[in-house]
Amino acid sequence: MSPHDVWEAFNDPNLDGPGQLATHVRLSLIALAAATAAGVALGVAAAKLGGRWTAFMVVSVSNLGRTVPTFALMALVVALTSIGERPALAGLVLLGIPPVLLNAYTAVRGVDPAVTDAARGMGFTRLGVLTRVEIPLSLPLVFAGIRISAIQIVATAVLAAAVGAGGLGVLILAGLANSDDAVLLAGAVPTALLAVGTGLVLGLAQWLLTPRGLRPRTTSHTLAPHRTAPRPPEKDTP
Amino acid sequence: MPGTPATDAPPPGDVRAGTLELRGVTKRYGPTLAVDDLSLTVPAGKVCVLIGPSGCGKTTALRMINRLIEPTAGEILIDGTDVRRRPAARLRREIGYVIQQVGLLPHLTVAQNVATVPRLLGWAKARVGPRVDELLALVGLPPGDYARRYPAELSGGQQQRVGLARALAGDPPLMLMDEPFSAVDPITRERLQTDFLRLHRAVPKTVVFVSHDIDEAVKMADVIAVMRAGRLVQFAPPAELLADPADEFVADFVGADRALKGLALTRLEDLDLPPAPTVRRGEAGGDVRDRVASGTLVPIGGAVLATGDDGHPLRWVPVAAIGDRVEATPGRTEPLLSPVTTLRDALSALFEAGASHGVVVDGAGRAVAVADVATIGGGLAAPAEKAGDA
Repeated sequence: MSPHDVWEAFNDPNLDGPGQLATHVRLSLIALAAATAAGVALGVAAAKLGGRWTAFMVVSVSNLGRTVPTFALMALVVALTSIGERPALAGLVLLGIPPVLLNAYTAVRGVDPAVTDAARGMGFTRLGVLTRVEIPLSLPLVFAGIRISAIQIVATAVLAAAVGAGGLGVLILAGLANSDDAVLLAGAVPTALLAVGTGLVLGLAQWLLTPRGLRPRTTSHTLAPHRTAPRPPEKDTP
Repeated sequence: MPGTPATDAPPPGDVRAGTLELRGVTKRYGPTLAVDDLSLTVPAGKVCVLIGPSGCGKTTALRMINRLIEPTAGEILIDGTDVRRRPAARLRREIGYVIQQVGLLPHLTVAQNVATVPRLLGWAKARVGPRVDELLALVGLPPGDYARRYPAELSGGQQQRVGLARALAGDPPLMLMDEPFSAVDPITRERLQTDFLRLHRAVPKTVVFVSHDIDEAVKMADVIAVMRAGRLVQFAPPAELLADPADEFVADFVGADRALKGLALTRLEDLDLPPAPTVRRGEAGGDVRDRVASGTLVPIGGAVLATGDDGHPLRWVPVAAIGDRVEATPGRTEPLLSPVTTLRDALSALFEAGASHGVVVDGAGRAVAVADVATIGGGLAAPAEKAGDA
């Protein structure tokens, strides 16, 4: 078996590697978007509105969500609904929420109370404190959560094939069933590359979204007053 | 700087400073009275330091002024207007706020931090930029070097300077400062205090300043409000507070060394010191004994001070050791004090020399008086016997 065999298997019209890759990416993106929206909303709401009990619940449920075996989760979703794309997405979304939720909650909770006190004391409204102080300061940690979530979703989306939703898992399952390593790898290698690539891209995005004042520094005390080095593009925080 | 606030001239008209008045302000948490019927008035442009042990309600009192805490009862007026007349966020934009931990927004540059309140106030951009530069220069951070830095790139002292500039940016008539200089090292604190006083003289805002440090309060305040268990126990200028504490608690709080602090305000020439018991070298022993017997020469601890013909002190000589003539070679007469030495420094010199008496010499070096610990301490009961300390 050579890389060529794997490439052949990937392009085999019956297996439709490129199509499965597209499906895989599409499922992952939809699941990630939904998990991010839900995780951020729940996390910020819990942090702003909740007390100790909420904190306990957030942490417990999130950790529980992360320890339930993914396959069991998907099997449960299938058992409760049916096979197909929707249960696969539901499973991936449920899997993707905890890291985002936990990080969003932790980030908002972790904003230095002196900073929010000063912000209120200067005359920010409560909404202003949230949108112009707490959320910008939470972005790096939230994005770290999104990144973890994305990698997990991309890797786990392989299981969507088992519930008939397609994706690169189709090739992996076929390869396993037929003991055909070329087919197996035609599914596994793109999946692995996709996961690694997702991690890198979102890692870069996380760095770019981190306000410069919050980035870890190695030369913080020796910075020249007038810097000449070009600054990387930076999100224009509100 | 300390003075009677009410009689001092008002600040120049082009600087905004407001009169702050608290009337019966009370804050109750359940059964606990954090602040109990607090009434005081800070005249426009004056610095009022709220001081007291932790838990005395000083920070609660401060935070009620900008409504970060709402009072249970009473009213707070700025230039006669109740602070509750406006939405809290709007009110706070016109009150400078500086806290111990500074609380700069770490994701924004120094310039953006200073611009926060002007932006909230809706100033035009063209007005904000020059204002930021002006303030950074005012607090000793050249805008060219610092405007584009981030808070994490600054030292603690520099951060607090930015905090000060930020609080002043909106030109508020009133500044609230909660232990603003407590988190920095003593040398930086001293500098920040001095710079703040300089700044305050140039831009005399009304300032309410919470502190737990009596030395800081004495240095900064026009008027000090001492609080205890939510109540105001004394409201007086620093000199009055030191000289005349209202009760045991204030005396205690001001410090066991409050006498010493007061001593720094008085000089030896202000005291009624006894003349130095001087004898000239070569003077007849009989004359010395006659003068002692007649009471015109009062030995200290049985000794008199021998001087040269020019009146310069030579050494202490026991009367009993004087024979036919006063004989003295130059010896130990430390410490030599000057009439303009402060009492605090005089005591320090005495302790350093391990002496109970110091010779006060005039500008020409002549011994003119003797200062001892009891006299400097003023009203201290002198020990019945002070033997053998010549």
